[in-house]
Amino acid sequence: MDNSVGIVQAQHANFDQPLTCLSSGVLPRYDLAYETYGSLNADKSNAILICHALSGNHHVAGTYADDPKNVGWWDNMVGPGKPVDTNRFFVLGLNNLGGCHGTTGPSSIDPRSGQPYGSNFPMMTVEDWVESQARLADRLGIKQFAAVMGGSLGGMQAMQWAITYPERVRHVLAIASAPCLTTENIAFNDVARNAILTDPDFHGGDFYQHGVVPTRGLRLARMLGHITYLSDDAMAGKFGRGLRSGKYKFGYDIEFEVESYLRYQGDKFASYFDANTYLLMTKALDYFDPARHTEHNLAHAFAPIQAGFLVVSFSSDWRFSPDRSREIVKALLHNRCNISYAEIQSRHGHDSFLMQDEQYFAVMRNYLDNIAREVSR
Amino acid sequence: MTLPIIQSRPDFAAIAAWIPHGASVLDLGCGDGSLLDYLKTEREARGYGVEIDDRNILRCIARGVNVIQGNLEEGLSGFETGAFDFVILSQTLQATRHTEKLVREMLRVGREGIVSFPNFGYWKNLLQVLRGHMPISDELPYQWYDTPNVHLCTLRDFEQLCHDLSMQILDQRVITGGREISLLPNLLGSTAVYRFKRNT
Repeated sequence: MDNSVGIVQAQHANFDQPLTCLSSGVLPRYDLAYETYGSLNADKSNAILICHALSGNHHVAGTYADDPKNVGWWDNMVGPGKPVDTNRFFVLGLNNLGGCHGTTGPSSIDPRSGQPYGSNFPMMTVEDWVESQARLADRLGIKQFAAVMGGSLGGMQAMQWAITYPERVRHVLAIASAPCLTTENIAFNDVARNAILTDPDFHGGDFYQHGVVPTRGLRLARMLGHITYLSDDAMAGKFGRGLRSGKYKFGYDIEFEVESYLRYQGDKFASYFDANTYLLMTKALDYFDPARHTEHNLAHAFAPIQAGFLVVSFSSDWRFSPDRSREIVKALLHNRCNISYAEIQSRHGHDSFLMQDEQYFAVMRNYLDNIAREVSR
Repeated sequence: MTLPIIQSRPDFAAIAAWIPHGASVLDLGCGDGSLLDYLKTEREARGYGVEIDDRNILRCIARGVNVIQGNLEEGLSGFETGAFDFVILSQTLQATRHTEKLVREMLRVGREGIVSFPNFGYWKNLLQVLRGHMPISDELPYQWYDTPNVHLCTLRDFEQLCHDLSMQILDQRVITGGREISLLPNLLGSTAVYRFKRNT
């Protein structure tokens, strides 16, 4: 792997300044886990912030010395010579507040009680994350990002950055994202949440003290989510109606390949992900709606934006469909922003933004090459 | 540096001459973005292109031209009414299926429209038809069976359309081999460029 960032190490930044969230909940102090790749140039103008989606974290690229199989979630995009070229950019990835990978979250100890936060962890919004990310940028001496980018929920954070801190973002790359969730999306999230909330092991979010984990709920939530991140076409192509044993067994055990796959994905996810984090992340998705402050006029919500935008969508993505990306484009056009939009033909559904695709990667590379030239001038 | 572009596409020079400094421009079917690039450097135009082809999207992004991937046949609903000073359709009109609707949409989105197209009435084209064949030329480089051109027209045909749609022709250039034609344009011109607006 000569184009990998190689062995990386997570870092932690501790913040003592309390963070008052949009929900009016307060975090008295918190840690942010983050990783960086590449080097910051002399005028600190080549930094790119990568925001993660629902189940992501700060481990964007590379591997760990003690866990070589743990490859970063966007390793195909980020590295030397890759579209986000770490020879030219200083790349920052962090685990968002409420996460479960080293950043303060519901499973962390609340300093006020000495117990895990659990149900006491404040509800998080995209705005809160941007605030905490800005504090981390301050800590690293980054006044302005060359780009803030992300897919899905990560794209929402990138957009929020351009609204909240217009002068701190040169470019936004919003991939497979949306200006707010559709009703159907909120509905899917609610079913996923209900799976967790009604698990007897959930204990109102304070399951840590009971020594149990609501794995059944989390597993169902993930299985449902997973279906919606794929496309009918992709699932049919991958599994079809294939049977594990080649014939019907007339029972409820795993028979179809797709069942096997989903249960495996569900089990895997439930073994490492925190149920409260999952709940928080889905709520942050539901709440994101910059136009709610501007009488549902997205163009007006985007008025402060100065950044140039690259918006990318995928033809088979029905959770964050191309139509939703076009709403973003239209609102940016209204504000006379620099904007390019690419619609990638892909059959992998919402997950396409994590997959290697020739046209998608070429679009990203061409756009980012221009940013690299711009900030090295 | 900009000269080769103008030489390879004589209609670009005519179009650029009509675009005032700092105008906002929407280029429909913008190809590799060379016209927008030219207008940006020469006219400081604030421009956006619409393009369907993946390779052209890459070329536009590479040269830093704003490009929106989309299909013109699906209309211009992604653009607000009166958003642009000029909406340009260069060498694309004849390849559009919903031509009339698109021309109307151009003047919804833009204050003025600019269209360039190959003149089917050019004598060399007519000669080939007289000889029993569909014309093939620099402007019409396709066989009848693989051409994207479904709505070829003559200068007079286009002028008739403008009249029927209550549009006023503001200016017109007719070009053959990079040279402007003033005598018998419908017969001697291979490429036509029109600037038009809504009748008020």
